[in-house]
Amino acid sequence: MNTLLDRRKYVIGAIIVVLTLIFLVKLFFIQVVNTRYKVSAEHNSQRHQIEYPARGLIYDRYNNLLVYNQAAYDLMIVPREVRTFDTLDFCNMLEISLQQVRDNINAAKKHSWYKPSIFLKQISAITYAKLQEKLFKFPGFFVQTRTLRKYPQSTAANVLGYVGEVDERITQRDNYYKSGDYTGISGIEKTYENDLRGRKGVTIYLVDVHNRKQGSFQEGKYDTVAVSGKDIMTTIDAELQAYGELLMRNKIGSITAIEPSTGEILCMVSSPSYDPNLLVGRVRGQNYRILSQDTLNPLFNRALMAQYPPGSTFKLANALIGMQEGVVHRNTSYSCSGPESRPIRCSHNHISPIALIGSIEQSCNSYYWKVFNSIISNPKYQNTEEGFQAWRSYFLNLGFGSPVGADLFNELGGNIPTVQFYDKYYKKGGWRPMTIRSLSIGQGEILVTPIQLANFTATIANRGFYIKPHIVKQVDNLALDSQFERKESHIDSSAFELVVEGMGRVFDGDHGTARWYRLPEIPMCGKTGTAENPHGDDHSIFIAFAPRENPQIAVSVVVENAGFGSTWAVPIASLMIEKYINRTVERKGIEDRMTSGNLISKK
Amino acid sequence: MTRRLNRTGDVDWISIAVYFLLVLLGWINIYAAVYDQDHHSIFDTTQRYGKQLLWIGFSVLVIIAIFIIDVKFYDFFAYVIYGLLISILIIVLLFGVEVNGARSWFEIGSFRMQPAEFAKFATTLALAKYLNSANFKIHNLKSLFYLGLIIFLPAGLILLQNDTGSAMVYIAFFFVLYREGLSGSFLLIGVLSVVLFIMSMMLDLTTISILLTSSAVLVYALYQRNWKEIGFVAGVFLAFGAILYAIDYFFKLNRPGYQIVLLAVLLSGLIYLYFSYFKKLQIGFVLTFALIAGISYTTTVDYVFNNLLEAHQQDRIKVLLGMVDDPHGAGYNVTQSKIAIGSGGLTGKGFLQGTQTKFDFVPEQSTDFIFCTVGEEWGYLGTSTVIILFVLLLLRLIFLAERQRSHFNRIFGWGVVSVIFFHFAVNIAMTIGLAPVIGIPLPFFSYGGSSLWGFTFLLFVFLKLDSTRKQYLQ
Ligand SMILES: [Zn+2]
Repeated sequence: MNTLLDRRKYVIGAIIVVLTLIFLVKLFFIQVVNTRYKVSAEHNSQRHQIEYPARGLIYDRYNNLLVYNQAAYDLMIVPREVRTFDTLDFCNMLEISLQQVRDNINAAKKHSWYKPSIFLKQISAITYAKLQEKLFKFPGFFVQTRTLRKYPQSTAANVLGYVGEVDERITQRDNYYKSGDYTGISGIEKTYENDLRGRKGVTIYLVDVHNRKQGSFQEGKYDTVAVSGKDIMTTIDAELQAYGELLMRNKIGSITAIEPSTGEILCMVSSPSYDPNLLVGRVRGQNYRILSQDTLNPLFNRALMAQYPPGSTFKLANALIGMQEGVVHRNTSYSCSGPESRPIRCSHNHISPIALIGSIEQSCNSYYWKVFNSIISNPKYQNTEEGFQAWRSYFLNLGFGSPVGADLFNELGGNIPTVQFYDKYYKKGGWRPMTIRSLSIGQGEILVTPIQLANFTATIANRGFYIKPHIVKQVDNLALDSQFERKESHIDSSAFELVVEGMGRVFDGDHGTARWYRLPEIPMCGKTGTAENPHGDDHSIFIAFAPRENPQIAVSVVVENAGFGSTWAVPIASLMIEKYINRTVERKGIEDRMTSGNLISKK
Repeated sequence: MTRRLNRTGDVDWISIAVYFLLVLLGWINIYAAVYDQDHHSIFDTTQRYGKQLLWIGFSVLVIIAIFIIDVKFYDFFAYVIYGLLISILIIVLLFGVEVNGARSWFEIGSFRMQPAEFAKFATTLALAKYLNSANFKIHNLKSLFYLGLIIFLPAGLILLQNDTGSAMVYIAFFFVLYREGLSGSFLLIGVLSVVLFIMSMMLDLTTISILLTSSAVLVYALYQRNWKEIGFVAGVFLAFGAILYAIDYFFKLNRPGYQIVLLAVLLSGLIYLYFSYFKKLQIGFVLTFALIAGISYTTTVDYVFNNLLEAHQQDRIKVLLGMVDDPHGAGYNVTQSKIAIGSGGLTGKGFLQGTQTKFDFVPEQSTDFIFCTVGEEWGYLGTSTVIILFVLLLLRLIFLAERQRSHFNRIFGWGVVSVIFFHFAVNIAMTIGLAPVIGIPLPFFSYGGSSLWGFTFLLFVFLKLDSTRKQYLQ
């Protein structure tokens, strides 16, 4: 036994000797045989210089430049290569304090001792020129060229979004990004990040003791070329967008316009907004803080994220559903006793009884309560739940209840209440059309976003279908059209024709709520709405499209705390249509009243 | 007078000479690694070489103290020393300072101490004492349990400090256990499962199955030399492979290649298992069984890794194995380290002429990557000299351990051999890219007082024990 165990010392000894032989052979290969590792004595240090690609440019639908790049220079540091240097000269040139130099060096050391980190971000071109001449005096420092976004038109901040430095969450999830890289944080910059960013390249240089480049490492065998980002053409009409922003000055709300035949978003104004140039470069952090603390929330894209009860604009949908379900026809008439009506009061006096077209023109509440009741209480459905379910599915087909856009950033879905919701709220079987009657006039638990309203308007303009709204037309000169789905409303186009006729009367009729803003050469169709606001004055809503035949633009306007729809939302929508179709606005009086109106200080 | 003779008379001067040679060479290379023109006094204690000189001076005092203390002290106080170190490891976990992400340091003024470096010594003592005790029986479950406790308690605490490298050193004690009678299959299975684990990370399953199968066949061929049987086995395997491939081809199943190979191995393996069981071919049975077990193991590892582990857990393992570049640059380290060593050529660039290490491309160049400086400035001659010195020391220590008459001494000696060997092997292997980057120092060579003293304790306590071995004659 013991002799057997004694033999084990040879086993261990053998393991040691064999491993040693492996080491000696491997070292022989690395040191003597292989020439790959030979680097000449003078050209000894490598520097991995990242080549940042130019980020893709962004244009509007007519090829006007919205976003371009400007060169910026980051001063980089490799802590281990830093030797004693003239700090006074250094501080003067960069206009920073000695303390800041120390702090920045320590921060860099903390990040990595031997990999480059940013010492000073975005130094000016002038400083860069001065620095370039003296760089050899400061071993361990070098300059990295980067680009910054520039916005020549200063519009559409929330649509375009902004670019910022990646955080740890992003670098961990996607190893393309390294600390210090930029990425799209919101808007188009975010949704189209993969197209816009291009691909980073890396060049490995050899540098000598004096920080001078000595040529590439191994003839550039390990280098990669940076690939520029792809340019993007948006669907935005920059002029219209700017005009909308002008009209919405000093007001809270949004204007969203869509080209009905394509689903292209022509403008998406969210007010108040900000100058996108504020969120670029060294001032970004500070400005972002100010903007995000602003109580009016300029960083919030109201067109996509604000959710309102749609008010009377929803009567159009109820009319469409009623016709498709066969419970309402052109001649269906109901009586109305104005403010005395039960169970819902009608807001104004009008001739009674009233038929379908008139009910749209006059926005009769009583009429739509009855339409709603007959849809849900239709004997073809077993009970309220089933009727409600049928009613609800029409709304989903019309693009409500969930985000409707194809490539929109952070869009919210609004809310179309479910059977389950009411079952829970009122107990199962405890609710009737009467219980949920406010849905008939677009109030209650229902919530929609301005983009959904604009899309609904486009659906009416198209007489029954919509293309998913989108913000980008072309990437790298390739049209994206085919990618955007066509959605059917499953409601007959004849029903739409009647609704269009009613909407036309809103402008043309003697009692139409938008009659002051009609334009003889452009037949417009629209519908006002008022979103009840428990916190203050009601929100004014208006949806419209034009021209009546072969519509070119569908628009939704929401002006918060503006009271009844026709004072602010209607003229703004009418001016937007005029601007888009005629490219110029003749009605200067209305325009002046709109641009000078201040609803923010009123609040 | 005789007592005095006993203290130094029988000391193994060869080991001491190699020790001082290694320490001296280490210091020279630390000097070269951190040398810059502004500081060149070797006594400048603001620089690492100055400090290291101080540590070397203290080591000499430590050595003298070890030789003055009575030899029975170590045996007698083994558990006390072990207990003390365990408490210190717990304290450092609570109150220690974090350096490079590991909370394993005490800081007193500008000096730092790393208790983990001394825990190896304490564990070796406790291990020797326990294996030598009367109630220890290897292959007795209770004994194995205590044994495991002695080894893994400090390892676990060091792992909690986030110092994975130092914790892995405790694996080395399996050499001691093997020498002391632990079944060799433990060692073999342990080594094999580690190797297979790493292989399953690095290679695809097809390659692994082919490698495993062919090595099994090779071992069998060398062992049995029965060509007819080998032909039979190979034939069965090829036949299965062909049939499965044909099935895959004609039915357009498009299964990946490794699945076909695996299934063929499995089927032919099962047939051969059956065959060898009845024919009482022990070696064939064991080999086939091992092959099937090995393939199932790698398949399982592969599956668990890809399907059950979270992405960040996968990354951590990949970083540990040096397969991906971590933020602090594990892969970067190895590339730079190889460039530095490779640039040395046969004879090196000469003392202080190294540029890769001097211009700071190799991280931790005076500690874990000190071997780079050797490679760059002294070339292949330098690296092979250092390696040969280590092997000489290790073989000499094995020789010394084996000549002990006391069990305690011998086990302690083997502990010293194992720990030094593990450090040496892993450190060199990682520097030349044969092993993942596990941050452990090169014994006697790397910069650092704690590490130098820890190894000095290990080596010289053993040399002290060895010098008194003749007392056991009586
Ligand atoms: Zn009415």
